[in-house]
Amino acid sequence: MDYGFTTAAYVVAAILFILSLGGLSGQESAKRAVWYGIAGMGLAIVATLIGPGSGLWLLSLLTIAGGGAIGYQLATKVQMTQMPELVAAMHSLVGLAAVFVGFNAHLEMGRVMLMDDTARKGLEGFAALLAKKDGVEIAILRVEVFLGIFIGAITFTGSVIAYGKLAGRVDSAAKKLPGGHMLNAGAGILSLICLIWYFNSGAFFPLFIMTLAALFIGYHLIMGIGGADMPVVVSMLNSYSGWAAAAIGFSLGNDLLIVVGALVGSSGAILSYIMCKAMNRSFVSVILGGFGGPAGEQMAVEGEQIAIEAEGVAAALNEADSVVIIPGYGMAVAQAQSGVADLVRKLRAQGKNVRFAIHPVAGRLPGHMNVLLAEAKVPYDIVMEMDEINDDFPTTDVAIVIGSNDIVNPAAQDDPNSPIAGMPVLECWKAKQVLVSKRGQGTGYSGIENPLFFKENTRMFYGDAKASLDKLLPMID
Amino acid sequence: MKIGTPKELFEGERRVAMTPDSATQLQKLGHDCLIETGAGAAAGFADADYKNAGVEVVKTAAALWKAADVVAKVRAPDETEVKRLRDGQTLISFINPAASEKLMAQAAKKGSTVVAMDMVPRISRAQKMDALSSMANIAGYRAVIEAGNNFGRFFTGQITAAGKVPPAKVLVVGAGVAGLAAVGTSTSLGAITYAFDVRPEVAEQIESMGAEFVYLDFEEEQADGAATGGYAAVSSPEFREAQLAKFRELAPEIDIVITTALIPNREAPELWTADMVAAMKPGSVIIDLAAEKGGNCKLTVMDEKIVTYNGVTIIGYTDFPSRMAAQASTLYSTNIRHMMTDLTPEKDGVIDHNMEDDVIRGATVTHAKAVTFPPPPPKIQAIAAQKKEAPKELTAEEKRAAETAAFKAQTRNQVTLLAVGAFVLLAVGLVAPASFMQHFIVFVLAVFVGFQVIWGVAHSLHTPLMAVTNAISSIIILGAVMQIGSGSFLVILLSALAVFMTGINIFGGFLVTRRMLAMFQKS
Repeated sequence: MDYGFTTAAYVVAAILFILSLGGLSGQESAKRAVWYGIAGMGLAIVATLIGPGSGLWLLSLLTIAGGGAIGYQLATKVQMTQMPELVAAMHSLVGLAAVFVGFNAHLEMGRVMLMDDTARKGLEGFAALLAKKDGVEIAILRVEVFLGIFIGAITFTGSVIAYGKLAGRVDSAAKKLPGGHMLNAGAGILSLICLIWYFNSGAFFPLFIMTLAALFIGYHLIMGIGGADMPVVVSMLNSYSGWAAAAIGFSLGNDLLIVVGALVGSSGAILSYIMCKAMNRSFVSVILGGFGGPAGEQMAVEGEQIAIEAEGVAAALNEADSVVIIPGYGMAVAQAQSGVADLVRKLRAQGKNVRFAIHPVAGRLPGHMNVLLAEAKVPYDIVMEMDEINDDFPTTDVAIVIGSNDIVNPAAQDDPNSPIAGMPVLECWKAKQVLVSKRGQGTGYSGIENPLFFKENTRMFYGDAKASLDKLLPMID
Repeated sequence: MKIGTPKELFEGERRVAMTPDSATQLQKLGHDCLIETGAGAAAGFADADYKNAGVEVVKTAAALWKAADVVAKVRAPDETEVKRLRDGQTLISFINPAASEKLMAQAAKKGSTVVAMDMVPRISRAQKMDALSSMANIAGYRAVIEAGNNFGRFFTGQITAAGKVPPAKVLVVGAGVAGLAAVGTSTSLGAITYAFDVRPEVAEQIESMGAEFVYLDFEEEQADGAATGGYAAVSSPEFREAQLAKFRELAPEIDIVITTALIPNREAPELWTADMVAAMKPGSVIIDLAAEKGGNCKLTVMDEKIVTYNGVTIIGYTDFPSRMAAQASTLYSTNIRHMMTDLTPEKDGVIDHNMEDDVIRGATVTHAKAVTFPPPPPKIQAIAAQKKEAPKELTAEEKRAAETAAFKAQTRNQVTLLAVGAFVLLAVGLVAPASFMQHFIVFVLAVFVGFQVIWGVAHSLHTPLMAVTNAISSIIILGAVMQIGSGSFLVILLSALAVFMTGINIFGGFLVTRRMLAMFQKS
């Protein structure tokens, strides 16, 4: 097939991808949107395979099939609570692929440069594209290749670490090597020197040094970010993988890569922005890692945590007319979503008004809680966002907090010295009664004491969320 | 420890700080109780009742002061009683420490600990020992009863065979504990009740008691009640003027006025002026609960009932709680008992005077040979902060102006961004070759489209969004597929690996997204 056909197919694919992202504005249209995405991807691959300059298409097909089989296994086996890990792991693959493709571009460039004019004429595909480039274009190409590898390498190690933290294989606390940000800055400067070097020489060595430096930056950057900031990290890595694809697209002169890379990149950037806004923190402070030190004496928490048993919880729920449930990461950890869903079904069967309140940063991935609740077959029209439900708490009889902590911390509003001061929170303490299902008396991810647990209308329902719910369910009549 | 209660020496005081009931409770804390003979007689508690409750009845005050480790009283001790204090003894009573420096100095010198029941901080935990509130409650109730006693008509309106009786109109000024108690009593007797307070946040409480809050046409940022521990602060002269004007307007219709306005450590503010009294109908009654501090009405004579030339009765009694001695003693002795519970945390009869505890620290005025008044502010403020007023409804014009301003700011931002963007693009275009610019334009447009599209994604679909973008970022497979046909083995190997990995991603990403979306369902 000729070049014109491939380009036409790319245009259609690009439109399909845009429709695919745009379709996610509603649950129903989203189901259609995935098919757009799949169609776009299929079209793009087929067009490339039969397009100009692709050889060894059998090998391509075989590797795609092999990868596809593994991907299918992963996607069908994974539990919904492990979604954050899966997404992070898959980002790392895109990052690594970007690095490989970048290296290939470099290698091809070297090969083509060495050829004489007659040999160049016989080239096809990517190599032919390279052969046509003049001096300035080659220089630009080097920068593009360099950027693609750089971003790809950061995405790779960053995602691997993010995966480790989310899967619990790496300690999720913020850790930094001695030297902290200076190390990152040093690696960054080293990469910059390598860029100039590579720009002038086109040698492999600076590219290799830069790759190591970028791998280190990715590792160290994400190691320095605490578990509570994971939603931002994952969406940031998502964004990086997009930019890496775009940079590779530039170097390969492939518009579809550029378009899709830019779409993914901006999507991740916007998600990061939304997450940061939900935590009232600047993007820079999340990236630089950890919460800032407290600005002054934090308010002392007065009072005691009053425990309650399953009988008490059941009585409170049986009497309540309106119930709001606030799930958090603890629900995901305890795999309690189906228990919660059962509870909701029972309560709704009694004609009670039961709703969920979801904080934007609840869980470890943007929208994590929505997916878990959907898995447990909780209808999405009773799942509310923070802004939709915050005003309703004063008229709520019982608010149930399951495994969330910082997102319901009144100190964010009351205590200007709290590390999370100013972060928008779910004002569940305005409900007549608050029941908190919690493993023990410890503090949340950020290590901040939560005055909610000490309030007069709060009762603590200690224990693993799933076990607690199993005990509670038979008592709801 | 031995807890003793002597007979009150203050003339006319009928209350007693220990009742047989409270004594039983105190004994459960491990304490022994003593009482001076006849101490409870005026409140209706006979010595025999105390004896039955296991209280030792002591013949003289001197013997009681000598025997007791803790002396619980109602009124502040007089000269002779202070002399009886000894080292290590604890005295619990009303003290009014702001006006009793001499007493505190003497007590401190002697080494006795004095706990002032009128200094218990107003925090939720300490409500059970807030004797001022329990006494104020009684005063408010009794004020209405006293008013009724001196008022020649029904409170409630009645239509009888003998004619129509209009309901009485009662105005309660100052809606503290006493004011609210008066409001409650008066409404339950059937009177039309109005109430006023300088703290607008109590309007809700007043209305909840069934009275009507008297609003002023006055705009001023009111002091936050929580900042002053729930007490009223001094108001500005302008505010006072507006308030008096309102009262002047009401005076001719009001039958009964109950004033309870007190500002801590100050003379009572004059709220019901002589001309208002003159404007009232004959037979009207004024009960001035602030008489002790000079009265809210300047015609008030402390501890007396007077009738003005136009037939208005003004009552300036200061001993309303004492007039209901049985009730007052029950409540007060319970407050004392709660204080003792906090002082004996182990319930073993041993007093642990914990000066770290907010409540105990706040109430203690002398301890360990030192005057400890005034106390530091309590560590926690339990009184809810005043709600900031809801943002004012904007008029249509203001709204339009705000909208125009916002629109202009937005336009300015967008134009600036566009100008900068265009400039950067042009600058790049000057240097870069045409082939690069083609791709660059595509890139910029795609970023733009991405920003436009992604904002519309529902929050609940963020995880599917990440999964789907993850899948489509595998578009990088195109690069690998294009390179796989190269001549170099290394290139082929790397591309094959890249194709393999992105293959995982494409299938995994789309499948997982589908799985997730399939789960979303409507109820």
